[in-house]
Amino acid sequence: MFTAGTESLLLQAREIQDEELKKFCSRITGLLQKEELGNETIDCLQRLFLIVSATKYSRKLEKKFVELLLSALYFPKSPEQVQVLCAAIVREISPSENLTLLYDHIQNTKLLSLVSSVLLAQGDKRDEVRDVGLRVTKVFEGRQPEGQSLRYLLPVLSKVITLSPKVLKEDQINLLNKRLIDWLRYASIQQGVAQTSGGFFSNPWARQPGPITEVDGAVATDFFTVLSVGQHYTEDQWLNMQAFSMLRKWLLYSGNDGTDSPDSDDKSELEGSIMSMVSAASTSSRLLPPKERLRENAFEYCQRLIEQSNRRALKKSDCELQKACLVEAVIILDLLCRQDSSFIYRTLSCLKILHGRLCGDPTYVRALLPVAQFFLNHSEAAAVDSEAVYRHLFTNIPAELFYDSVLAFEFIQFCRENIHFFNGNLSIFKSNFPNLFKFLAWNSVSLISEFVDILPVFIDASTAIEMLHVLLDLPCLTAALDLYLRSSSPTTEKPLWDPTVKPTSCLDGFRDPHYKALFQYLLRTKARGIIKGLTPLHQLLKPMASCSRVVQCAETVPILIQLFFTVVTEFADGTLINQLVVLLLERSDLVFDVPQFKAAVPRVMSSQLLVLCKLHPSLVVELSKELLEFTGTISNIDSKENIFTSVVWAVGEYLSVLYDKRCTVELINKFFEALEALLFEITQFRPSATLPKCCPRVITVLMTTLTKLVSRSQDLIPRVFLFLSKVRSFAESPAMTTVYSEEDTETILTRATELMNLLKMPSVAQFVLTPSIELSNPRYHLDTNTSLPLALRMVSQLVEKEAGLCQGEVPM
Amino acid sequence: MVHAFLIHTLSTQATGDAAFCRVLYSRVFGSERSPDDPRPRGPERDRLLRKEQLLAVARQAESACKLLQQASGRPPMDLLPQSSDEPVALHDAPTGVFRLRPGDPFQEAKVAVWLGVLSLGCVLVCEPHENLLLAESTLRLLARLLLDHLKLLSSGSDILLRADRIEIILNHFLPQGQLLFLNDHFVQGLEKELSASLSR
Repeated sequence: MFTAGTESLLLQAREIQDEELKKFCSRITGLLQKEELGNETIDCLQRLFLIVSATKYSRKLEKKFVELLLSALYFPKSPEQVQVLCAAIVREISPSENLTLLYDHIQNTKLLSLVSSVLLAQGDKRDEVRDVGLRVTKVFEGRQPEGQSLRYLLPVLSKVITLSPKVLKEDQINLLNKRLIDWLRYASIQQGVAQTSGGFFSNPWARQPGPITEVDGAVATDFFTVLSVGQHYTEDQWLNMQAFSMLRKWLLYSGNDGTDSPDSDDKSELEGSIMSMVSAASTSSRLLPPKERLRENAFEYCQRLIEQSNRRALKKSDCELQKACLVEAVIILDLLCRQDSSFIYRTLSCLKILHGRLCGDPTYVRALLPVAQFFLNHSEAAAVDSEAVYRHLFTNIPAELFYDSVLAFEFIQFCRENIHFFNGNLSIFKSNFPNLFKFLAWNSVSLISEFVDILPVFIDASTAIEMLHVLLDLPCLTAALDLYLRSSSPTTEKPLWDPTVKPTSCLDGFRDPHYKALFQYLLRTKARGIIKGLTPLHQLLKPMASCSRVVQCAETVPILIQLFFTVVTEFADGTLINQLVVLLLERSDLVFDVPQFKAAVPRVMSSQLLVLCKLHPSLVVELSKELLEFTGTISNIDSKENIFTSVVWAVGEYLSVLYDKRCTVELINKFFEALEALLFEITQFRPSATLPKCCPRVITVLMTTLTKLVSRSQDLIPRVFLFLSKVRSFAESPAMTTVYSEEDTETILTRATELMNLLKMPSVAQFVLTPSIELSNPRYHLDTNTSLPLALRMVSQLVEKEAGLCQGEVPM
Repeated sequence: MVHAFLIHTLSTQATGDAAFCRVLYSRVFGSERSPDDPRPRGPERDRLLRKEQLLAVARQAESACKLLQQASGRPPMDLLPQSSDEPVALHDAPTGVFRLRPGDPFQEAKVAVWLGVLSLGCVLVCEPHENLLLAESTLRLLARLLLDHLKLLSSGSDILLRADRIEIILNHFLPQGQLLFLNDHFVQGLEKELSASLSR
């Protein structure tokens, strides 16, 4: 429990000054020099550990004091608590300069393990890892000291090979290979005897150890494994468990580094490889060199685990272990096949059967991923068709088990790591992307960063449009998945959904045949194009828009949309860009009604629209019909303000013969008339209390666009000039001033004046408003110091000055 | 192989940073491999880095736990009724996993498995291809042992002054960071050894 007391203790420990610490250490020194190390010593060491560990800054402990701690650690009669605390303190202050540990004489394997942990924490500046590795292997080489168990040392070995890949020599590896074989394959199949002696009266015959059993209680049929059960275990059975726990690591280590070492015995290696090819089917040939023999034994061990995992465990925890063992066994088999292809044929049939078994048992679903990995790695070499494996994996699993967060994580990791396979000819991965997005919709927070990695793989010309729809509908999918869970298992003890939300109307709708097709589409497993009209679903699911899970999902979508466009703009051609723009126009307000989501999506979309326009300016001409229709719809100003403003700006910027030869004067005039009518409507009729006011930015952008257009069709200049002066007078009319603030009015007025001044000199206007592409490329006007308004102001000052001079007035 | 194990606080507030995430205990199994690190660093920098790495993991685990609780509509951890008589339902405890990219915060990629128990979070920082089923069950086992042997539920018990017990539990059930395939009887055997060690 974390309480205020804990917090204050932590702060106290941090605030202890060096002086106080010194005093405390000298007190501990006194205690450690006593004959008996009692509770007071333990208590003080606990406090010292807290003091050194509570701060991220180094605590100075004197060298002498550290040595004293180490001698307490070595001292065989120290209580275990004292030993572990001393080790923990020295580890905590590590790396320490000049730390000398004398451990060559240590016979006690448990203590050796503890001392090793201190050395391995030092950062390998002075080859500590190699030293520990050599010391430990020496123990394995020699005769086991009486009463000492090697099982404390196997984890040390495992850590050593993790930290440093080139520690052991070939002969040492061979020796360890042999020992591992003994432990893995030849552990006793009789139970061990209880350690606690029954005392004087105990009858040695009464407790005859029985045979080892399987997890289901049946007498063991074959050699001992981690899934073998006994009341007590013998030493070699403990080592069997330890050896299997580090087996994968060891196989990887010895398989990759041992073979090409110059020290290796070439003859035996050669013989070994020939033998393994010849005797591919015969098992446990004693003639094989240790490495091959270990592989052979590992193979048998894994086969046995697969068989054992099919038994019905009596204990729940053993049932969990069966699953973990099955996963490990399949991973090891895959590794063996990668190291020695002669295993492939022997593994293949076994894993085919296993796959069939796993498909019918959802509790073993986690093992499906390593099985699929095996087929990905080897089906080509074995020339087998594994389409069914992938189909089951990509179709059934996400659709049924999207709510299992760790499975989701592993599934997406699997996808990420195998992208190179999927990029090839595995179409199922891409075609099932709507299914994979169920994982994201449900576990959005934990998976967003994983999806950022794999999203680009899904996007190509054929999927882009549907993908963007899927992204936009993601929060809606979250809600639908929630309903799916609620309706498929309504009386679960531990609900997977938020029990505080009671979406009764939504649930009714989910079961209503009227909505069936829409839900089916939303929950589809395969990409199948788009359908229009998800709006009824948005309406139906509205009560769920405030669910935390839906909100969390909605927060991730803008990031993914941004990423989507970054990827798509790298390869998109004109046709695709046009399709995307049409999609943006349609969808910018047709999204699920999660408040922040509804605000964020149009922002992202409008900025992306500008990117698309810049990339493919001709779209203004090619999509003129759609754009005219869009800008002609006055309601779009309110509902899609962001994107509306961007469209109007893009029309002003790119509707020019400079960008597309097909841009005619008629087309420019058409747009001009449409926009003029719109601005007229806004400024003349809009300023009323009943209609929502129009953002001043829309008005200024509309005015600017109109001016830009007439600079390319100069016959219209007088018309727009007159119009702008009207806007100016309207801006000052009481109807407007009641609706707009002074600042807004000022903005509109200033822009209108600037544009009118510019139009007084048509050639300047054309230069400023329709610069040639070479001129506009550096885009000086985007620079904050030389922005367009600044340039405009300067021009207008010049114009005013000129006008003033003409009239003989003194300029201001 | 497990690179590190840590116990940290899960703050009370649903949002905001008023309550700070604190690492109450941490154990790193062997220092991180740094063969090609060109920058010479002093031991103090190394230690500072190690501490910062663990805190970064703890913070990430804390926020993952908070968001998961939020998404499933459950109250924050310490609003749950607690009683020293009732065993904590560990199979119901919120749990999850996230990836740590290379360089952030560790040099090499890692995977963190976390579990929320009462107002504490426990995290195993594993190597990328670790058997996650085994890591999850080991973490649950460790959490149960910690609850039992540190008597975390009784009042006045302080995790900060029980480092020896945590160390001994880890030395038995996660020796040098090695995840063990322990069936129920192996667990029982180790628990007997553990009790003997702790009572000495």
